[in-house]
Amino acid sequence: MNITMTLNGKKISADIDADMLLIDFVRDHGCYSVKRGCETSNCGLCTVFLDEKPVLSCSVLAARADGRTVTTLEGLQEEAAEFGAFIADQGAEQCGFCNPGFIMNALALFREKEYPDEDEIKEYLAGNLCRCSGYEGQLRGIQAFLEWKKEKNGKEAAEA
Amino acid sequence: MRVIREYKRAESLEEAWQLNQKKSNRVLGGMVWLKMGKMQIGTAIDLSGLGLDTIEETEEEFRIGCMVTLRDLELDPGLNAYTDGAARESVRHIVGVQFRNLATVGGSIYGRYGFSDVLTMFLAMDSYVELYKGGILPLKEYAKMPYDRDILVRLIVKKEKAAFDYQSVRNSQTDFPVLTCAAAKTETGYRFSIGARPGKAVLFELADADIQAADVENMAENAAKCVKDQVETGSNTRGSSEYRKHLAGVLVRRAVCKLAGK
Amino acid sequence: MEEGKERKGGGGGMKYVNKPVRKKDAMQLVTGKPVYMDDIAPKDCLIVKLLRSPHANAIVTSINKIAAMKVDGIEAIYTWEDIPQDGRRYTQAGQTYPEMSPYDRLIMDRHVRYVGDVVAIVAGRDEKCVDKALKLIKVQYEVLEPVLDFHTAKDNKILVHPEDNWESLVPVGADNKRNLCAHDETGSGDIEEVLKNSDVIIDHVYHTKACQQTMMETFRTFCTIDTYGRLNVVSSTQIVFHCRRILANALHIPKSMIRVSKPRIGGGFGAKQTSISEVYPAYVTWMTKKPSKIIFTREESMTASTPRHEMEVHVRLGASKDGIVNGIDMYTLSNTGAYGEHGPTTVGLSGHKSIPLYGKAKAFRFVSDVVYTNVMSAGAYRGYGATQGLFAVESAVNELAAKLHMDPFELRMKNIVKEGDVMPAYYGQVNTSCALDRCLERVKKMIDWDNKYPVRDMGNGKVRAVGMGMAMQGSGITSVDVGSATIKVNDDGFYTLAIGAADMGTGCDTILAQIAAEVLDCSIDEITVFGADTDTSPYDSGSYASSTTYVTGKAVEQCALKVREQICKLGAELLKCPESEVVFDGKFVKREDSKEIQVSLTDIATASQCGNNIALEATVTNSSPLSPPPFMVGAAEVEVDLETGEAKVIDYAAAVDCGTPVNPNLARVQAEGGILQGIGMALTENITYNKKGKLAENSLMQYKIPTRIDIGHIRVEFESSYEDAGPFGAKSIGEVVINTPLPAVSDAIFNATGTRFYELPITPEKIAMAAAEREREQD
Repeated sequence: MNITMTLNGKKISADIDADMLLIDFVRDHGCYSVKRGCETSNCGLCTVFLDEKPVLSCSVLAARADGRTVTTLEGLQEEAAEFGAFIADQGAEQCGFCNPGFIMNALALFREKEYPDEDEIKEYLAGNLCRCSGYEGQLRGIQAFLEWKKEKNGKEAAEA
Repeated sequence: MRVIREYKRAESLEEAWQLNQKKSNRVLGGMVWLKMGKMQIGTAIDLSGLGLDTIEETEEEFRIGCMVTLRDLELDPGLNAYTDGAARESVRHIVGVQFRNLATVGGSIYGRYGFSDVLTMFLAMDSYVELYKGGILPLKEYAKMPYDRDILVRLIVKKEKAAFDYQSVRNSQTDFPVLTCAAAKTETGYRFSIGARPGKAVLFELADADIQAADVENMAENAAKCVKDQVETGSNTRGSSEYRKHLAGVLVRRAVCKLAGK
Repeated sequence: MEEGKERKGGGGGMKYVNKPVRKKDAMQLVTGKPVYMDDIAPKDCLIVKLLRSPHANAIVTSINKIAAMKVDGIEAIYTWEDIPQDGRRYTQAGQTYPEMSPYDRLIMDRHVRYVGDVVAIVAGRDEKCVDKALKLIKVQYEVLEPVLDFHTAKDNKILVHPEDNWESLVPVGADNKRNLCAHDETGSGDIEEVLKNSDVIIDHVYHTKACQQTMMETFRTFCTIDTYGRLNVVSSTQIVFHCRRILANALHIPKSMIRVSKPRIGGGFGAKQTSISEVYPAYVTWMTKKPSKIIFTREESMTASTPRHEMEVHVRLGASKDGIVNGIDMYTLSNTGAYGEHGPTTVGLSGHKSIPLYGKAKAFRFVSDVVYTNVMSAGAYRGYGATQGLFAVESAVNELAAKLHMDPFELRMKNIVKEGDVMPAYYGQVNTSCALDRCLERVKKMIDWDNKYPVRDMGNGKVRAVGMGMAMQGSGITSVDVGSATIKVNDDGFYTLAIGAADMGTGCDTILAQIAAEVLDCSIDEITVFGADTDTSPYDSGSYASSTTYVTGKAVEQCALKVREQICKLGAELLKCPESEVVFDGKFVKREDSKEIQVSLTDIATASQCGNNIALEATVTNSSPLSPPPFMVGAAEVEVDLETGEAKVIDYAAAVDCGTPVNPNLARVQAEGGILQGIGMALTENITYNKKGKLAENSLMQYKIPTRIDIGHIRVEFESSYEDAGPFGAKSIGEVVINTPLPAVSDAIFNATGTRFYELPITPEKIAMAAAEREREQD
């Protein structure tokens, strides 16, 4: 069957098998940041946005994304670098394999709530597993990012 | 992942139902559970385009479309106000936000899974399923029925004067529950929906008179004993039958203590 | 060289070492760049998948692949019939040759020895055709009775490896006719006498299970045939050089026909210190001369991989009534599973990296047996045996403290090994650098022990209790592990550092660059690190045994010093003066007597490329006769719901003595990650086999590693000793970090519930039922 979706801002059409998963579709179209870590929808590595909502691309048929918008980290490079720098400053990116899914979901969190507290951060990101970091460094990075953003927005508001 | 030959975004419930009569076809909920199965599927039927992804609230009831996600349940202000946050509590441990953005109420309720927090929660409320051909049935009844080829269109929760509570015990925070307990305190007594026994949720209805006692502590103990004596539990890798029975007592007792004043 | 001596024994005032710099690959990783195996594999790779045995012990009587071969797109299907069964066996373990691990494998064996053992290799154009073909292969098995209980394995009449061509290269006490993979006995002093004269004896058996590393990137490899007709292997591996040997042995081809290299790796923790996935695409590509790749599913990574050795450690500890540990008698029974990878080597650490903590002991005895069974073969997982042994010893000591009504910290302070002590149970080595005492003091303060020990009732049905434990490990394998570095100067004066150690997310590429930068007086950005590749890297045993910082790092330090010499040599020539009269400050070579006369590194580099006979390059190989232990102390505050049994670590405080932390950020995150893995082992990670030898925990749905909401906070601080033999005083940190939570969490649970648990994980059910039992007893 043929599907059309907007992938990272670009409209693409392709012929696919009905059972093609969104993760394989996006990887076939150059979005290598999207990783596979399990077969049971548990790890969160494959997180992408489907119409702006974070979902597990391993559990979505590509066909279901027909006519919709899909975003991967490849389409959010500036935001990823801006936020990711704070993770890098902690050394909490470690092996990096969980990073794209984790950062996608973190960006989704910040869109839903601009300044989440610690419990909100932990609960929202609970579906993003990491085996290297123990999560603590990633939390430090997030909190540093939020502090920086608050300050930046405060300055910008003052200047406005 | 097993093979799906065709994908069809249904344009009407009738079309969806027609397609679903074929043995090799399946309705897609969130697909998270279906994905792990090994069977071949002829046509995967997607109900996404039918406007069944909203929660409508009226004076009398909630009408929850089958394509409403678990995340929608988690965040719905009306439903959480009505259930004192129990609706959110019932789903917030389920894997993660991304998972809950996909898993649907329809998939959960149709599945009637043993581990289902969603089934446990709704069973404690005055809930009904609306089937495309089968009409409206109490969830209590639907829970006991075998799988069939009807389409679950929506879940209806009739409002009543009640207070709700949800508890679950897990070996790790986002794991399947070892036991679930949704409780409702109504004007006449209590309802306890106990799930993940590991069997699917079952309902116990206790009138005030059944558990009357001098104080809340003792009333709670009575309720706990009542449910413990009746609930059938089993063993699996997550827990033994004995432990589940023990938990049933603990959770019921705690629910009563929490709800007694309301 | 005077300058060289100045550089050593640094201390304060370092510019790059002991600094929290970003990893060199950090921004690439956080922006999701395609740097892992499956991002760079050729698009036309054949897809390789494996058909696996459903039986724990069986002989393949017939295998029919005719229908499967007919599936459109199938390139080849191989079975045991393609593998000479009497050919020389090999081991998959990544160890220095001759490996202590037995040579007990064939690429495919007619005799399958665990549920998951490989029966067929299928290669085809895409996943769909390969999946189809897998279903069409018809296999008949003669099912044999398996040995599933490791207590019954030794001298069982059912042999896991009855074959005649089973081989043990090194005397480790192995005997395949007894299901023995290794046996050892060692000791010092008269243990029975010491125990007899002890006021208190603690005597228990401690059981830990075959927990999984569960790195996020599963095992995966792709292979191609290169320009020279050689097998070119790109794999997510920690051990490129060992891999080359393993594949040469498995395929019976010369090592000179194989090249192994690694891309970015999505985690290892020891799992990738064994060659798990490589041989299958290697075989396919070697046979077909076409590129191929294999990606293990998570299920395969949980059921057919290389987890920790299940161990039962029997400890008999004798102490005086004032809390001095006089002697420790240990017997370890280790379950190596169907194959012997890392069997003979992990077991030793259970005793040798636990007992030495007790510096006043007058005697010890350590006996061990490693047995074969028909379950998934065990391997290397962070801690490598020390984790299991420390759970036993530290738990026994915690129990001793309770018996004597003595504070566990106080008891440790009375007993710990000190800097300068000889450690009889640690291969007789001297404890050259040790801040264990400061670690104890620090952690006690961090966790606010005095106000929390042993337990507080929170009044809401929950209690909070604390528990602690100590740990040690090693830094590389004494006189065995080899680390090397090659540094060369490029035009413009930037450097390339080539190493054979494998960065698996740990950041060793970065910290080795930090060490080089410190010596070369340049910035880290001026050093390009070229990772492990058997063609171009100087030899390195690989990244395991906590060796990279201490062994490879020392090679890097020494290599950089040599390169400085070369720079000065050429610089002096350009300045037309003797070598002994110049100095190098990182940017310029100057005449010592008149500093204005100088030549820049850039100019030196340019000069090296024209009419030059001085190599601006050096290689150093390093091995150490010492393995200075890092030390660690950890304390857990655990909140327990006594009715439901749910337990959560709400706070974990730890202090590490890893010598100088080369990169404090990376060292801290390593510690936090290891601590959480230990907590997972203690509370949520369970392994259960059914009667037929099938593993229940075959996915992340069943095997529960900690999530963000399973843990409160983890806090790590450093109490650094200075190890003279290490680069800038560094030792290691990679493994020690997983060891303290097992005794700390279990003692906290004892303090919360009054019940001691001798088996992990301690599940809510165990806690609730024990608490309920206690209540019944009290009524």
